Amino acid sequence: MSKTLFNSGHTACAGCGQSMAARLVIDAAGTNTIIANNTGCLEVFSTKYPETSWGVPFIHSLFENAAAVASGVESAVKYLGKGDEINIIAQAGDGGTADIGLQALSGMLERGHNILYVCYDNEAYMNTGVQRSGLTPFDTNTTTSPVGSASSGNLRPKKPVPEIVNAHGIPYVATASAGFPQDLQRKVKKAISIKGPKYIQVHVPCPLGWRHESNRTIDVAKLAVDTGLYPLIEYENGIISARRQITPKPVEEYLKAQGRFKHLLKNPEEIKKIQDIADNNIKKYGLKLAAS
Amino acid sequence: MKELLEGSLAVAEIVRLCKPGVISAYPITPQTHIVEELAQIVANGKLNAQFVNVESEHSAASTVLGSVACGVRSYTATSSQGLFLMAEVLYNIAGMRLPVIMTTAARAISAPINIWNDHQDVVSLRDSGWIQFHAEDIQEAVDLHLIAYRLGEDKSIMLPVMVCVDGFILTHGLETVNMPSQEEVDKFLPPYKAPYKLDITNPLTLGPLVDPEFYTEARFALNETHKEALALIPKITSEFSKVFGRNYNGLIEGYQMKDAERVIVAMGSVCGTVKDVVDELRKKGKKVGLLKITSLRPFPASHIYEALKNIPKVAVIDRALSLGSFAPLAAEIKAVFFGRPKTPKTISSFVVGLGGRDITRESIKEIFRLLTGKEKQGEFIDLKPELLKESYE
Amino acid sequence: MFGPLVCKPGSSRNNKTGPWRTELRPKFLKKECIACNMCLIVCPEACITGQGKNSYDFDPDFCKGCGNCAAVCPKKDIEMVKEDSV
Repeated sequence: MSKTLFNSGHTACAGCGQSMAARLVIDAAGTNTIIANNTGCLEVFSTKYPETSWGVPFIHSLFENAAAVASGVESAVKYLGKGDEINIIAQAGDGGTADIGLQALSGMLERGHNILYVCYDNEAYMNTGVQRSGLTPFDTNTTTSPVGSASSGNLRPKKPVPEIVNAHGIPYVATASAGFPQDLQRKVKKAISIKGPKYIQVHVPCPLGWRHESNRTIDVAKLAVDTGLYPLIEYENGIISARRQITPKPVEEYLKAQGRFKHLLKNPEEIKKIQDIADNNIKKYGLKLAAS
Repeated sequence: MKELLEGSLAVAEIVRLCKPGVISAYPITPQTHIVEELAQIVANGKLNAQFVNVESEHSAASTVLGSVACGVRSYTATSSQGLFLMAEVLYNIAGMRLPVIMTTAARAISAPINIWNDHQDVVSLRDSGWIQFHAEDIQEAVDLHLIAYRLGEDKSIMLPVMVCVDGFILTHGLETVNMPSQEEVDKFLPPYKAPYKLDITNPLTLGPLVDPEFYTEARFALNETHKEALALIPKITSEFSKVFGRNYNGLIEGYQMKDAERVIVAMGSVCGTVKDVVDELRKKGKKVGLLKITSLRPFPASHIYEALKNIPKVAVIDRALSLGSFAPLAAEIKAVFFGRPKTPKTISSFVVGLGGRDITRESIKEIFRLLTGKEKQGEFIDLKPELLKESYE
Repeated sequence: MFGPLVCKPGSSRNNKTGPWRTELRPKFLKKECIACNMCLIVCPEACITGQGKNSYDFDPDFCKGCGNCAAVCPKKDIEMVKEDSV
């Protein structure tokens, strides 16, 4: 067994990107960390009584309150005079962050708590069976944004949560990806070295919900970044301080790897719309490598 | 020390003396004076606590859930809609066995929106797993907070406790209060030592997923603890009497019950009015009395049985409804006697004082008067039938 | 008292997920390994150990057979093989 704070024996699906990222996050943060987790896949597959995968203090309360529970944990830790010794991580899925938990998150950010909030973004409510969330991409086939003769899937693009979070004027915001594990761990380490509220949104493929082969988790996550659909950005004190630059691949390469976009492959008009989203990201964030 | 204090300030002062390390709340009338005062106390450096101004009651409850889970004594307060927004978290706090202490300024529920006192908010949360105390006056409100911390944090209990204080009537009323000293409080209330907590030296997981294999037992254990609390409350209150010299039973209180033929059962501030009416009627030779319910949860069924079994006529005052069914407190009082050898001849049920409508001495006299007749079922007192003629057109 | 429902750290290791594998399991060839550590880093089950070239292997008690270790190996030194071929 490798030394980890997120142990084997959890019940995530084979190839789960979230279980991959969750371990990378906690191992980067280290033993002096307390986690407040919202309801969702991660909590369900890692804490089935009487067992837990976690090697750090961990609390799960409800679906939408990880940020508020973490605020209480942080206040208690501060009261106990241990604010400098203990890292506090609030973590949630995309629905628990962008939708039902957005208010609690905003409150946590505005109050300036010394907490790292990690959103594991697998782009739908996976724990309840792949329903669309505010972070589901445009044209995605989910169980509540189904494809039909009158619809090509999810009607809206992803909610710009990193930008919403950044608008709170917090010291550090980053996007990351399970496809770039060392980059994710570097960002976690950087985040916990900074005082105040921090936010990292990690793109985590879900083989079941995205309908890709279980061995393509890293591959699919990389493609999202390399097409420009999931820009990897860091903001420090409100300003973009770093970006991962790419030689952009066509979005089709990403789409065709996943069943959730299968309906688009014979529909160049819709693919064009998604290519526009990628192109817009590439332009907006300056993602294109100079040589390409 | 005796002081003339507004109820909210008295509650804030006793909370200060209990030394919570984290206070978190969201403003709602009529709870505001309590948390404003606590904010000032912290701002003045008179209490070393983290005061967390949150963006909703849901987050207020979640914040103190998190801080108590770290083993730090905490406090919150709310009312009405705020209590309902907290509801999901309140069930969660009880199920996680975290002794959060909260004051609820009891208030009506919308719609129609109404900021005044009744018990619809607190009574609706009676199944949440929280211990629920109801204060009659400001002194009792003060004392119940001390008892609440002592009880909830007891290792054998580990449950949250809600102290219900009638909105405006007690929160904004003035009363001469005997405020204990810090020494007395410290003597009665030791620092909180959590038997389990979020601690990096012993990294436990709290709040796991519990499947059908264990869920029933978890809920059974919660219910059993309420029974244990029933036995522990009188022990704590008798110790309280030794330190502070004020006597409470903590579960129920009888007033002029000895030879009473007609008894009103009630909770909260209305008990004061009932006591005045009892005194007045006793002077005229009427054998009337009051049974006050201090602890709605745990529900002291056998204590109530013993207190009422020989009373011929009982009236239950509800300041809340269970719409479409029997008035909630009346239903529970009646359930006490089902299948028992003795029972009052009649147990009448009255609904009174909703949304801040005054319960006057006349209202109480009317209830005692109605008790001489047939059993009443959910009878509204002080209803204005002429207003019911209003229509949509 | 039964009720607080707390779990001891790392206790999920009592739950062996190896039987989840249906078709494939990884085979570490241990020939071309450059000790890049990628298989260990990406394993969702945290069930790969190793230090130094050609030393990495997986724990069959926990491996669910997802195949990301093989997919990520830059030297193609991990193969997914039929479960019953071992």
